Amino acid sequence: MPGASDHNSSPPAISVKSLAKSYGEVEAVRGVDFDVEPGEVFGFLGPNGAGKTTTINMLCTLAKPTSGSATVAGHDVVRERDDVRRNIGLVFQDPTLDGYLTAEQNLRLHAELYGVQSNLVPARMRQVLDMVGLWERKDSPVATFSGGMRRRLEIARGFLHSPRVLFLDEPTIGLDPQTRRSIWTYIRELKEAEDITIFLTTHYMDEAEWCDRIAIMDHGQIVALDSPEVLKARVGADTVRIHTADDEAAIAALAEHFGLEATMSEGAVTFRVPAGEEFVPRLFAELGVPIRAVNVSRPTLDDVFMSYTGTSIRDAEEDSGKARSRAMMQMMSGGRR
Amino acid sequence: MSTTTDRAQTAGPPPAAPSPIARVHVPERSIASELRAIKIVWKRELIRFRSDKLRMVTSLVQPLLFLFILGSGLQRLSSTSTHGVNLKTFIYPGILCVSVMFTAMFSAASIVWDREFGFLREMMVAPIRRSSIVIGKCLGGATVAGIQGAIVICLAGFVKVPYAPVLILEILALQLLLAFSITAFGVMVAARITQMQAFMGVMQMVVMPMFFISGALFPVAGLPAWLAVLNRFDPLTYAVDPMRKLIFDHIHTNPLAQKVLNPGVTWFGWHVPGLLEAGMILLLGIGMLGIAIWEFTTTE
Repeated sequence: MPGASDHNSSPPAISVKSLAKSYGEVEAVRGVDFDVEPGEVFGFLGPNGAGKTTTINMLCTLAKPTSGSATVAGHDVVRERDDVRRNIGLVFQDPTLDGYLTAEQNLRLHAELYGVQSNLVPARMRQVLDMVGLWERKDSPVATFSGGMRRRLEIARGFLHSPRVLFLDEPTIGLDPQTRRSIWTYIRELKEAEDITIFLTTHYMDEAEWCDRIAIMDHGQIVALDSPEVLKARVGADTVRIHTADDEAAIAALAEHFGLEATMSEGAVTFRVPAGEEFVPRLFAELGVPIRAVNVSRPTLDDVFMSYTGTSIRDAEEDSGKARSRAMMQMMSGGRR
Repeated sequence: MSTTTDRAQTAGPPPAAPSPIARVHVPERSIASELRAIKIVWKRELIRFRSDKLRMVTSLVQPLLFLFILGSGLQRLSSTSTHGVNLKTFIYPGILCVSVMFTAMFSAASIVWDREFGFLREMMVAPIRRSSIVIGKCLGGATVAGIQGAIVICLAGFVKVPYAPVLILEILALQLLLAFSITAFGVMVAARITQMQAFMGVMQMVVMPMFFISGALFPVAGLPAWLAVLNRFDPLTYAVDPMRKLIFDHIHTNPLAQKVLNPGVTWFGWHVPGLLEAGMILLLGIGMLGIAIWEFTTTE
């Protein structure tokens, strides 16, 4: 069971009920329900076009829901728009910095727009810039920053006004793996320091591991919602790869002694078994064929996605991409009438 | 949960000694917070203008060409019909207006850039009124265009317009008014146009005809009927005309030159006073600002 939903002492940071959004005949989000507890890192995972960004836009008051309701930091996203905006920080998928201005000027502008108390701005600015390691570059124009630096600055800016909920829409999109990792480190550190709730979307499977809980979204609906461990456990079997002195004998022995169906894959005897790590001692004791090396891998979130949607995330992405361009064509030809 | 701590470790060293957090909060919306927002949006335009030295120089090229090349060249053809008045002095108010107009339109175009580069979104999601963004933008654009105009005003002496303090102040005020109205017009257009090329196209289509029809380069009396009608409908006419009246009040000419070169705009024979003309520019500006605000508040 997800630990986060056990303590119901404080109201949820985000509460969503039957939230839906259509653009013309295209149903981008088809009625989603979920709660995010205060202090959680909550991830929305799914292929491009699954409705993640539309959901985040509704929660950020950037798009009006067609039906259903949602509260963020205790405020209704439609009726109390300004109260929601005062309590959230946003990092968009596309950059929203002014390249002509320096890092500091960008932050100063944000503080002024949000009406942050002037006397606290310098200290706060120093703090968030330190957190993302950009204090030394504060006087450089943002146009001279790399993609990763810009993203870090945007995250710092999202934190600047001490929001209660921080929304990150694809915070690592288009960045190299190393930069992605450092962005995640910053996000986790900031979260520890500030005790805020983080809601993010991603379509990188490996990134979901950083979340406390994950909602898997496909075709505008949530198909699974739980902690990464629980989701993976539901998929079941671990994958075990062994190198042996005699592979054919090993395959036969596996079938005979354990009733397991093994295949050769990339030069190793490969089979799936629940609780693979606990199986290894038995394997050595009972196989009867000398084992040179063994490798046990837990199911990945890709496996999880596959088990819930019946398709790999890449295929789903291509499908929805096609569907989207079709929908777009329809909308455009419809609009011309 | 143990998994959380596991992950915190893989995430690298935890933040060193939890420093006291400078916690801030975002107050509820008030007039003061809106004014602060207007001020920062305005200030941003100035910061950007200051960092764009090239723009300052290039936008001076056009008025210089008009004044000193076209003005000096045509002087030879027109010396008889200007009755002793330097042609450059005559076209000066028109050139000042058109250079202000171009700068103001360019300032308004920054909204289109802001949209393309995403910065508009940062402003749109802030807990402030959209009208504060639009007003800040218009005032910023007007200030930048006003600075540009002030530079052209500095050239007054070269075209025999005297540096009389009252005259300079009056011209400055008039061109600021024009700068504001044109920026409002540009912002109104930019609310609907999302591509830079399209915006530039509209700009060419609007600015050049307005300039030529306004009487920046010719007297507004005795025109062919069709051109007279167009001229009276051109808003820029009512910026150039009062400015020319002011200048001709301050230079020494013969009555004939006054009559020919500075006839003043008339409606069915009635001389439109300069103050009314300035008032029309102001009203137009406020009207277009209103439309721009409406456009920005109604888009999702």
